[in-house]
Amino acid sequence: MNALRRHRILNTIWGAPKGWRGTVVSVNHSDIGKRFVIAAFGFFAIGGVLAMLIRAQLATPGSAFVGPDIYNQLFTMHGSIMMFLFAIPMFEGLALYMLPKMLGSRDMAFPRLSAYGWWCYLFGGTILIASMVFGVAPDGGWFMYTPLSSKAYTPGINADVWLLGITFVEISAISAAIEITVSVLKLRAPGMRLDRMPLFAWYLLITALMMIVAFPPLILGSILLEVERAFDWPFFDPARGGSPLLWQHLFWLFGHPEVYIIFLPAAGVISTVLPVLARTRMLGYGWIVAALLSLAFLSFGLWVHHMFTTGIPHMALGFFSAASALVALPTAVQVFAWIGTLWNGRPELKLPMLYLLGFFVVFVIGGMTGVMLAMVPFDLQAHDTHFVVAHLHYVLIGGFVFPMLAGAYYWLPHFTGRTRDELLGKTTFWLIFVGFNVTFFMMHLTGLLGMRRRVHIYPEEAGWTLLNLVSSVGSFVMAFGFALFAIDVALHVHYARRRRRNPWTAGTLEWAMPVPTPAYNIASLPTVISREPLADAPALASALSRGEGHLGEPRRGWRETMAVDTTTGAIDHIVVLPGNTHLPIVTAAATGCFFLCLLAGRYWLSLLPVAGVVVLGLRWAWLLDWRRDIGPLPIGRGEVAPIHREAAGAPGWWGSVFLLVADGTALASLLFGYAFLWVIAPNWPPPERIEGGLAAGLVAAAAGSAGTLLARRCLADGAAGLMEAASRMAVAAAAAQLVTILALMALGVTAQPVPQAHAYAACSWALLAYALLHATIAMLCMGFGRARIAAGHVSPRRTLDLRVARLFSDYSTATLAIVLVCLLAPSVMS
Amino acid sequence: MLAGATALSLLVFGLLLLAFLRRGREGRTSPTVWIGGLGVAMPIAVLLALVGYALMLGERIVAPGVSGTVVIDATGRQWSWEFSHRVGDGTPATHNELHLPAGRPVVLRIAAVDVIHSFWVPRLAGKMDAIPGHVNLLRIEAAQPGIYEGQCAEFCGSGHSGHLFRVIAHDEAGWVAFQRGERQ
Ligand code: HEM
Ligand SMILES: [Cu+2]
Ligand SMILES: [Cu+2]
Repeated sequence: MNALRRHRILNTIWGAPKGWRGTVVSVNHSDIGKRFVIAAFGFFAIGGVLAMLIRAQLATPGSAFVGPDIYNQLFTMHGSIMMFLFAIPMFEGLALYMLPKMLGSRDMAFPRLSAYGWWCYLFGGTILIASMVFGVAPDGGWFMYTPLSSKAYTPGINADVWLLGITFVEISAISAAIEITVSVLKLRAPGMRLDRMPLFAWYLLITALMMIVAFPPLILGSILLEVERAFDWPFFDPARGGSPLLWQHLFWLFGHPEVYIIFLPAAGVISTVLPVLARTRMLGYGWIVAALLSLAFLSFGLWVHHMFTTGIPHMALGFFSAASALVALPTAVQVFAWIGTLWNGRPELKLPMLYLLGFFVVFVIGGMTGVMLAMVPFDLQAHDTHFVVAHLHYVLIGGFVFPMLAGAYYWLPHFTGRTRDELLGKTTFWLIFVGFNVTFFMMHLTGLLGMRRRVHIYPEEAGWTLLNLVSSVGSFVMAFGFALFAIDVALHVHYARRRRRNPWTAGTLEWAMPVPTPAYNIASLPTVISREPLADAPALASALSRGEGHLGEPRRGWRETMAVDTTTGAIDHIVVLPGNTHLPIVTAAATGCFFLCLLAGRYWLSLLPVAGVVVLGLRWAWLLDWRRDIGPLPIGRGEVAPIHREAAGAPGWWGSVFLLVADGTALASLLFGYAFLWVIAPNWPPPERIEGGLAAGLVAAAAGSAGTLLARRCLADGAAGLMEAASRMAVAAAAAQLVTILALMALGVTAQPVPQAHAYAACSWALLAYALLHATIAMLCMGFGRARIAAGHVSPRRTLDLRVARLFSDYSTATLAIVLVCLLAPSVMS
Repeated sequence: MLAGATALSLLVFGLLLLAFLRRGREGRTSPTVWIGGLGVAMPIAVLLALVGYALMLGERIVAPGVSGTVVIDATGRQWSWEFSHRVGDGTPATHNELHLPAGRPVVLRIAAVDVIHSFWVPRLAGKMDAIPGHVNLLRIEAAQPGIYEGQCAEFCGSGHSGHLFRVIAHDEAGWVAFQRGERQ
């Protein structure tokens, strides 16, 4: 097979049809990644226009341009769009597009999940933007503090739009996080040990793990608040044992790690681009990985520093203040590693480097003001002023936008296969850089002079007029800069000269493929022996197109790529990925209908799309069919490997594990909320507690345990080839879960006080609902397992379905036990 | 703090500039110098000093609890402030006007009836949130008699921009008169 023929065959296997049909069905990571990036830039433009309106309003004191109601929508939407619809999706897009290429793989681990996440993001974002057009956009600030966002003080649907719309978009964040984690851990080129991964992959792996733990508290908080608004369950109402502080804890448990979640991928871009442009290697690979791990860990210990003014005891403040200062350390490690790298190399002032220098200046200043804010006495003055607005933009624009612009100019030749002269790009840089500093430096000053954030007018006597005017002028200069950037990119895409493969002579694998990249990335997979495969073998690219690596011979129309052992990078198995399908967009549309029903207050109607999503989900899993044993297959270079259905650590299994980690974090947040209210909130102990219910609880516990044991037997029988027995066990396990469901319902109805009565009752019902949901999932999994056995998808070699079913059963029973203890222990002990 | 921050920023910018100027000169430096020294050791020293200082300062500002001080209830609502002065006979309550004696520590019991507000008089003290269902304590002291402007610092809905109040610090005579219910 020659290179051209191989290219043709692989292209038909991996490509998508032309036109709108291809757009709808494509699950290819390059397509999805590019879409995320482009859409995120579109949302950035919208958020930017809102920022311009904000600055237009603040340019003069007492401006009558907009009133408070519009102004509140403007800054709320600006903040929410920038955080949820721009920053996170932007790096998700970059990761989806870039990771497989850097790791020497042909796609991500769950292509359909990426596509589903994309459609959820697009639909959810559209709902948010549409609300603005109809004038009912969220207006409670981007952190939506209760009780302002509760029904009593925001009776309209504005707050519902935020809670539901953002949760919808978060689905894409969680799916991207699981996708990235499993892909980095498993789908790499053979030989790529953990310590040979490009640093960019490390950064994204850690970011993704942080997302898996950070987003569930926000999602849970949003659900609780939405349930309070819709059904009057008083989680946050102090009159009935709730507390507004609970929302703040849940929000910042997410919100602080969020800042690092946004920063780390951008730092990953720096660690990739900077050494290449300095013609050297990154200094201190091990130091950086250690710094990242400690950053991930520390960032979960600082959320309280957003709450210094809420009356928390000073010693506790001291602890969080120290932790907040400590987090500067891993950042300092990175900054000095970058400078040391420049020092060792021969840095050239090419365009991406210019943006990196912009990053250094802006980000270091932002970091300094950050340490200042971490000091309690200072924060008590500066909190909620424009000083904080200045600080957060120095960190976000400095730490995210500038590196991303550097990355954009660095990888544009990769996206398009073209290069262009740098004049326009340099003009753009100076406009953005100068405009930015003029805009936000002034805000430090207005803030220190006492200007509060989120005010639409300020008195003329305050003496802030000139500073604000200058700041507004600066923001328009910056806006011109971004417009020019868009023009520059458009010119690049359409008119630049076609160029050779590796314009920067970089060492990472994404440059070992033709540009723009074909749908399959690489014609065969390399064997990696160092961190910079391309530096070892400059001719690697053509060798790979000649099919000299692994999986060079396409077969059976399969989308094949390699999975490796996580630490050693040794060949583990072949992953056969699913191809183009309508399922992601249809499932996302059904999910969207669910959210729209809730938004319209049609709660019964919303059960319809839920049923739709369940059916589609089962179909989704069903389509991965495999009705016979395949056995080890040749993978080129004289080696063989099994396919993933017949291997132990298949991506699907790992994906389920990480999904359950996220799920467990949500439960932990709920338990934290329950305990927090019990200890802190006013009006406790509750007027009525759970009475009785012990019998129902014991039945539920017994049935749940039986369900798990039966699920394990089912797997054991399946693995031993006893298909009849396995089938019976699956039915019995599903039946046991049904009994659990009924017993839990009985417990709720007979023993629990109504949820509207008190936050205690509301928490108990929330816990019960959690257990019910998971028993239902376990039941569906076992039913699914039974059907798979009957259809011949399971054999002693192919037990993946049953292993995943067992995993969910185990999880359901473990959490059931926790929930029952929390529900029943107080009444049993008293 | 500002001077320290400026010095550190200038250090970083200076090193960056040098990195570009020394292009082409030979000699690799080791990670330990850069990362271990500048990245770890230096920040630890700076941060330890800073945090220690802030804790000491904060202990004085935040922690109330001196006995014999004047206690005043401050309650935020959309969009006004009620102050009830637990002094004298009539415990006079005032609207958007907080009266206190100058030169003496005052403890405020800060609460809210509807949404979260935040009590902030920039020239007197840092801010303290007013949270429904909770009471927060704040100690303030006006050194001189006079009028101090105050504002709500937590976003509280469409009246947030105009959620203002003022603090009137009396001299001894004025404070005695105020307690007797005589308003100037
Ligand atoms: C493009 C230039 C930008 C300008 C001129 C700008 C301007 C502003 C201003 C003036 C405010 C304060 C509004 C107020 O408190 O009254 C604000 C708030 C905010 N901005 Fe920006 N911004 C820009 C870009 C960004 C970016 C890129 C991000 C995030 C990645 C961002 C995130 C936020 C957030 C989270 C808030 C707080 C919103 C709230 O108080 O609820 N901004 N912005
Ligand atoms: Cu207020
Ligand atoms: Cu306010």
